[in-house]
Amino acid sequence: MKQSRVPRRGPERGGAGQPADAAPQSWIRRAAAGLVAISAFLLIHVSASAATLEDLLAKLATDSFAEKVEAAEALGSLGDGRAIPALRALTDGRLYARKDAGPVIEDGSVFRDALTRQPVAGLAAADLDKVRANNRLRGVLEGALSKLSLFSDVKAERLAAARDAFKVGSAEMATTLERALATEKDTDVAAAIRFSLTAAKISSGTPEQRVLSIRELAGSMDPQVRNLIAGVRNDASQPKEVKDAADTALAAMDRKLMLSGIAENLFQGISLGSVLLLAAVGLAITFGVMGVINMAHGEMIMLGAYTAYTVQLVCRALLPPEWVGSYLLLSVPIAFVVAGLVGVLIERTVIRFLYGRPLETLLSTWGISLILQQAVRSIFDAQNKEVANPEWMTGGFELIGGFYIAWNRLYIILFCFMVLGAIALVLRRTAFGLHMRAVTQNRDMAAAMGIPTARVDALTFGLGSGIAGMAGVALSQIGNVSPNLGQIYIVDSFLVVVFGGVGNLMGTLVGAMTLGVVNKLLEPVAGAVLGKVVVLVAIILFMQRRPRGLFALKGRSVDA
Amino acid sequence: MRDHPTYPLLTPRGWLVFALVGLVLLAVPAANQWAATGSAAHLPDYLVPLIGKYCTYAMLALALDLIWGYAGILSLGHGAFFALGGYCMGMYMMRQIGTRGVYGNADLPDFMVFLNWKELPWYWQGFDMFWFAALMALVVPGILAFVVGWLTFRSRVTGVYLSIITQAMTFALLLAFFRNNMGFGGNNGLTDFKEILGFPIQAQTTRVGLYVASVIGLGLTFLICRAVVTSKLGRVCLALRDAESRVRFLGYSTTGAKLFVFTLSAVLAGLAGALYVPQVGIINPSEFSPANSIEIAIWVAVGGRGTLSGAVLGAFAVNWAKTWLTGAAPEVWLFFLGLLFVAVTLLFPKGVTGLVQQVRNRLATRAIPRQAEGD
Repeated sequence: MKQSRVPRRGPERGGAGQPADAAPQSWIRRAAAGLVAISAFLLIHVSASAATLEDLLAKLATDSFAEKVEAAEALGSLGDGRAIPALRALTDGRLYARKDAGPVIEDGSVFRDALTRQPVAGLAAADLDKVRANNRLRGVLEGALSKLSLFSDVKAERLAAARDAFKVGSAEMATTLERALATEKDTDVAAAIRFSLTAAKISSGTPEQRVLSIRELAGSMDPQVRNLIAGVRNDASQPKEVKDAADTALAAMDRKLMLSGIAENLFQGISLGSVLLLAAVGLAITFGVMGVINMAHGEMIMLGAYTAYTVQLVCRALLPPEWVGSYLLLSVPIAFVVAGLVGVLIERTVIRFLYGRPLETLLSTWGISLILQQAVRSIFDAQNKEVANPEWMTGGFELIGGFYIAWNRLYIILFCFMVLGAIALVLRRTAFGLHMRAVTQNRDMAAAMGIPTARVDALTFGLGSGIAGMAGVALSQIGNVSPNLGQIYIVDSFLVVVFGGVGNLMGTLVGAMTLGVVNKLLEPVAGAVLGKVVVLVAIILFMQRRPRGLFALKGRSVDA
Repeated sequence: MRDHPTYPLLTPRGWLVFALVGLVLLAVPAANQWAATGSAAHLPDYLVPLIGKYCTYAMLALALDLIWGYAGILSLGHGAFFALGGYCMGMYMMRQIGTRGVYGNADLPDFMVFLNWKELPWYWQGFDMFWFAALMALVVPGILAFVVGWLTFRSRVTGVYLSIITQAMTFALLLAFFRNNMGFGGNNGLTDFKEILGFPIQAQTTRVGLYVASVIGLGLTFLICRAVVTSKLGRVCLALRDAESRVRFLGYSTTGAKLFVFTLSAVLAGLAGALYVPQVGIINPSEFSPANSIEIAIWVAVGGRGTLSGAVLGAFAVNWAKTWLTGAAPEVWLFFLGLLFVAVTLLFPKGVTGLVQQVRNRLATRAIPRQAEGD
């Protein structure tokens, strides 16, 4: 594609000053011809514009509206950025005619010469005559300015103008763009101009130019470009080769769009997976160590989210404004402690009496979950609460064409892996972690070796609940906080644990990520709900092969 | 092989209690229909379908008790079988509406007209016939239970894993039935029924008829469950509950036994659902919600897991409490239900029947020394 651009540029530029030679030539000859044309064009153009700019500006300040319109149109196609201040001043009613010299522009308290932009001193109010505009003139001025913005001194203006030019796509615009490209030095603006120029050629160039332009733009991910090319494809009057080129380009663009769509789904999937991971990892730990299904686990998540909400309220009330944004960081440890303490309390008062009876534990923790939900509903009322994103978590950035990454999702993924790393450290590097792993593998033997299993149980339950609390803080950042928050995630969390296998961080990680990604990849194909159903059925079928999950704990224990 | 001891279906005393309870339940519509309005014996109209609803809940509790109390499999998806049975009956009643719907379409239920459907989907065919719908109300839950049971029992998924799988099953169905294009009325479900077997559904006499059918259904379910638990299969199930590996080592096909009981239990749940829907007049996807299924377990646990009479008792007691509390103090109900879950599992693992038994045993042990003293 680049190769086709190099030889073509010569005659193209020449085309600005004189008609392009469309006959096939070798690229050396064309380049040589182009060089000659450019130098000729520049010489003529510069001298001509220097001569006429002053005249045209003077003409702009006359009394006749017809002449003013003529002058504005001429200034617009002249392509000299120096005319911009005068045209703008006329639009705003700040242009004044002088009797003996060119017009001046009112700039605050001083008057400047419209051409040289130097302050002019010693002007009497009587010498000045305000130049008036009517609606027709204003329309012409706007058009001229939009063309001239390509020659503005300010880079941002040139860039915006170059991008806007894309939508026009007329032959006249192509001429203006070519002229702008010839003098443009900034690479960003030049690229934008070239882009719009190529697009303009699709609508207005010769068939060969159209084919080349379409090929060139095929690499773009811009939906506007896709619409443009699709328009060409569906236009019956276009020659066959142009249509074929459009077909090829559309296919390439669609492929790229699909790839970026998959990338986006993948990101969404990893994001969902990390949320599931945060929700499920505590569950996996308690289930692994104690063989206990904690139905109130979802409510620990909810408690964490409500802790974040409360901390937010307190911070807004007490902290100076510049510190309010820190409530989220503050609420992570607080949520861990709150949910963890509730977890230990539940373990000490209910669950420890039910060891060895997992189904009864399941029912009683379900009861606890109902109580917690109703308690929160009674305290905070049933309305959804919002925990606002702090400033550094709002918005996002575009990675590649149409693939948008939201900050809050990205931070949650990072947070999730940090939590996972911290848990791995606790499990591998601390005495408590060692005890936990021992109890997971063989409770009786661990007790025989003097490990205080009851205390390990309580602390494990606290740890699992605390992690759920932190998950709640994360979840409060991507959705509303409501008393049923936990219920939304509990079934999915169970599936992660069942799928990944218990008592194994790796299993939970792989399980959560797989479920998240598969869910999101299925969504565009099957719809959100059906996708979920498919995943559920797939897990039930998966359990046929691996009833103990993906990463089953290998042990010698056998159930009675 | 030695003969195993045979158990009677019910002891003579058992039959007496069975008949008495049946009489009391059947006295409800009599008191409504024949006692003069205003007299002390007269029952208000709304109580008939309410107690009828409790009867279907009791059937559901029996179905769960059969699988949980006797075979040790805690299914958290029995609400799904119940709802499927209900949907089958609901589809029959939808078809009976005919041209009396809002759109007056003779062939399509209202929601299909609303969705711009042109013809009846294949799975709605035949539901204009009562016998077919009634059969499907039993067959569909049965087939689902058979497939899920076969897949899970075969790979020896047990305990909490099985509970989670069944919960996922009902959750998946919940999501699926919420979809409009499933063809089951989506979010709103099936409602606005006009008549069943030609009788207007709102008429008090029809309600009494449905009530009597529910009482008979409850009695039948009780006897079927009783027949299963007193059979040799019932013994195997009990053994399964207490030590599954040992049963397998002894050469019994645990998969077959579990599969049979699970499927039968689902069929009974479907029957309960089919009787439930005409009495409440609506079936919608919320019946599939996992919370509903777990609630069934608490009925059984409150009454006494592993005793059939306990399941019936628990269903009546908890649901009566629910009706009363959600009316009197709605915010207290969830606290109460939650505490019930905790208290029953923690303090009365054998439920009310267990408690009665305990008290009776204690009285008996106290009576023995007293007798000895008397001698």
